[in-house]
Amino acid sequence: MAYGLGLLNGLRITATRVFKTYVGDFKHLGRRYNDKLFMERQSVKGSGIFTVQYPEEKLPVPENFRFIPFLVYEPALDADGKPVIDPKTGKEAIGKQKCTACGICAKVCPPQCIWIVRATTPEGKPKPQPAEFYIDIDVCMNCGLCAEFCPFDSIKMDHDYELSNYERHVSHIYDINVLSKPAAYHAKIHPTDWAHEEEERKAKEAKKKA
Amino acid sequence: MAVNAPVVPETQLNLNDPQVVAEQIKTQHPDAVESVSAQGIVVKNDKLLDVARYLRDSLAFDYLNNVTSVDWQDRFEVVYNLTSMDRGGAPITLKVNAARDNPSVPSLVPVYRGADFQEREVYDLMGIRFAGHPNLRRILLWDGFEGYPLRKDYKEPYYEEEKKPFGSRWDQGYHVIAEDRNPWHDNVQYPANFDAVAYKPPRDHIQPISVEEATASRIHTDKIVLNVGPQHPSTHGVLRLRVTLEGEVVRGVEPILGYLHRNHDKIGERNTYLGNMPFTDRLDYFSSMANNLAYALAVEKLMGVKPPERAEYIRVIMAELTRWQNHAIALGFIYNDLGAFYTPLIYAMEERELVLDLFEATSGSRMMCNYMRFGGVARDVTDDFIEKCKYLVDERLPRRTDELEAYMVGNELFHARAKNVGILPRDLAINYSTAGPVLRASGVKYDIRRAEPYSIYDRFDFDIPTGTVGDLYDRFVVRVAEMRQSLKILKQALAQIPAGEIQTGKKNYQVRVPKGEAYGRAENPKGELGFYVVSDGTPNPYRYHVRGPSFINLTALNDMCVGYKIADMVVILGSIDIVMGEVDR
Ligand code: SF4
Ligand code: SF4
Repeated sequence: MAYGLGLLNGLRITATRVFKTYVGDFKHLGRRYNDKLFMERQSVKGSGIFTVQYPEEKLPVPENFRFIPFLVYEPALDADGKPVIDPKTGKEAIGKQKCTACGICAKVCPPQCIWIVRATTPEGKPKPQPAEFYIDIDVCMNCGLCAEFCPFDSIKMDHDYELSNYERHVSHIYDINVLSKPAAYHAKIHPTDWAHEEEERKAKEAKKKA
Repeated sequence: MAVNAPVVPETQLNLNDPQVVAEQIKTQHPDAVESVSAQGIVVKNDKLLDVARYLRDSLAFDYLNNVTSVDWQDRFEVVYNLTSMDRGGAPITLKVNAARDNPSVPSLVPVYRGADFQEREVYDLMGIRFAGHPNLRRILLWDGFEGYPLRKDYKEPYYEEEKKPFGSRWDQGYHVIAEDRNPWHDNVQYPANFDAVAYKPPRDHIQPISVEEATASRIHTDKIVLNVGPQHPSTHGVLRLRVTLEGEVVRGVEPILGYLHRNHDKIGERNTYLGNMPFTDRLDYFSSMANNLAYALAVEKLMGVKPPERAEYIRVIMAELTRWQNHAIALGFIYNDLGAFYTPLIYAMEERELVLDLFEATSGSRMMCNYMRFGGVARDVTDDFIEKCKYLVDERLPRRTDELEAYMVGNELFHARAKNVGILPRDLAINYSTAGPVLRASGVKYDIRRAEPYSIYDRFDFDIPTGTVGDLYDRFVVRVAEMRQSLKILKQALAQIPAGEIQTGKKNYQVRVPKGEAYGRAENPKGELGFYVVSDGTPNPYRYHVRGPSFINLTALNDMCVGYKIADMVVILGSIDIVMGEVDR
């Protein structure tokens, strides 16, 4: 083989790749930010340029994606069965926390970043409710074990990964207000899990009735 | 060397049985063995070197897998795991005891050079001296560090309680920032009368070059000591190489480690068994799935559980996808180090992203997968996963493997740079305890998936690619061949994967691990990843040690580099494929 042919062969590969990115660019000319084409480029069959122009473009996260847990609450309902909106926060008002302050998540958490204070009745007896619930998100390693082992489906992993801040000692300690998110949010980001939980809940209710 | 002892024919004896091995040792060194059990052979402190020589030369235990130590509070125990490259099978365990005060054990470096860094690590973290070690200095911590962190009585900064879970978290868990509870100046132990301002680190390890030496040669070449790193693009992380150069030629390389040290072992001993799983992700963060698997195997060995069929297949699929993408990136980086700036690396990244997409969809995270559980896996894979994975394995990844390889095959520049550079001969590779592609490139046909099959690897048909010379080129070719073998395994696994359960028994966050000790290991993309776990029956491991392949492979770096140019050193380092998360632990 003539000297240098191997080198040229390598350059051929690179050149082909370069050419392909232009093909993609022309195909997507003016429609670069089109969701469908974007996903096509990113799929296992995609070819050509695969750079994601963050933050203009964002890859959708899969349902199982896990980032910083949140607490699921059931919203307060008005007379028509619609959730009441809290005028102060603009969020759905908290009807009932699903969390029973059983403490399993705090025990399973590997870096020990969950802090729970159990509520008490006026007589001083423990009540199955959290009075306070903190997660130190600087310490949280997004392992998802809390969500995996919560027996009441009340702590779930979030999808929101854009959490940068200017300061860490106050805003990175999530308290119960920051952590609480309505059940509808959980249903939206985890449709499969939610359907599964609903099924289980209905089966349980049916059993109770029978 | 005591080579007079006759070599025992291997067919006669089952040398994977500690009883048999102990009997053999007794024939030569009658009073060396203190006791024998399934947990290992305890030998007398002063007879260790003789026994090790005998095991290496007569019983062909030529490979030292792992050196670690346990603090039993009344005494220390140093643990060695030995295997034979030709025989394969599970490693045997050798132990010696050392006194609590001023503990000292003979160094095994004269027999197994792979003990070098590992003994330094034990010395550094446990404070056991190794008599006869050529360079016994701290390796992961800084020279002025006070205390030995792996001893049971050591308390680290921000120490809270011996064991997790901490009582303060529930049910009166009012949040406190760790720094507030324990201000920084109380966290560090200093030697008595320590003056931080006047402190000068011991520098005796830097050999100054005399004027005579520097001017002795007629041609004026200077010997200089050059620090490469810790912040340097070619050191693959925060690694510092202290290189002695003569002109452009490397005369000695000493890796200086510990910039990323966090004492993974100690964290692991505070954690619960399950709590360690996400921490193993952070070892070799390119192959978290494979780390999970190795750790799960070690603990399952103690627990005596086996995952169901489907979970076994999922584990193999994940581990092999990991191997493929790890090698793809490794190749990309080697090209990078050779001067093919980023183009091949980015192509490798592109494919890796697709593999990580699969990991993310299943486990929830791209790199920190935390996916394996004891006796199963965390989540089932979907049909969509199988479909995508099949497409990747059948169509896309083979094409990409060829493409990555094509940059090299016949490329004259690559051949000129890689052939006969950084040679690590076969016996040296074994003696240095190198593992994975580095070992196989030197012509050793050793792969734990074959030598001591774990999970269900005995069901698959695959080859173990080896090199012949042990140079850069071979290390490259072996990786490419391994990528093909991974795809071959993946094809079989995807075709055979059955339906069914993914977890044996009920998933539990506080697993019961019976008393005992186990060395579990797996063939990670970078080599043998081992976990030495000692259980005392409580929810937290009593001792938890990681044998990181990248760390031990670095032991051989000096021998690979001496005599080559400094530009070659960069590539040689790249060809070991280290990752600092695992080196520094
Ligand atoms: S495990 Fe669930 S129910 Fe129990 S304390 Fe945690 S979030 Fe609440
Ligand atoms: S995700 Fe993991 S680290 Fe974070 S709070 Fe949950 S258990 Fe703790």
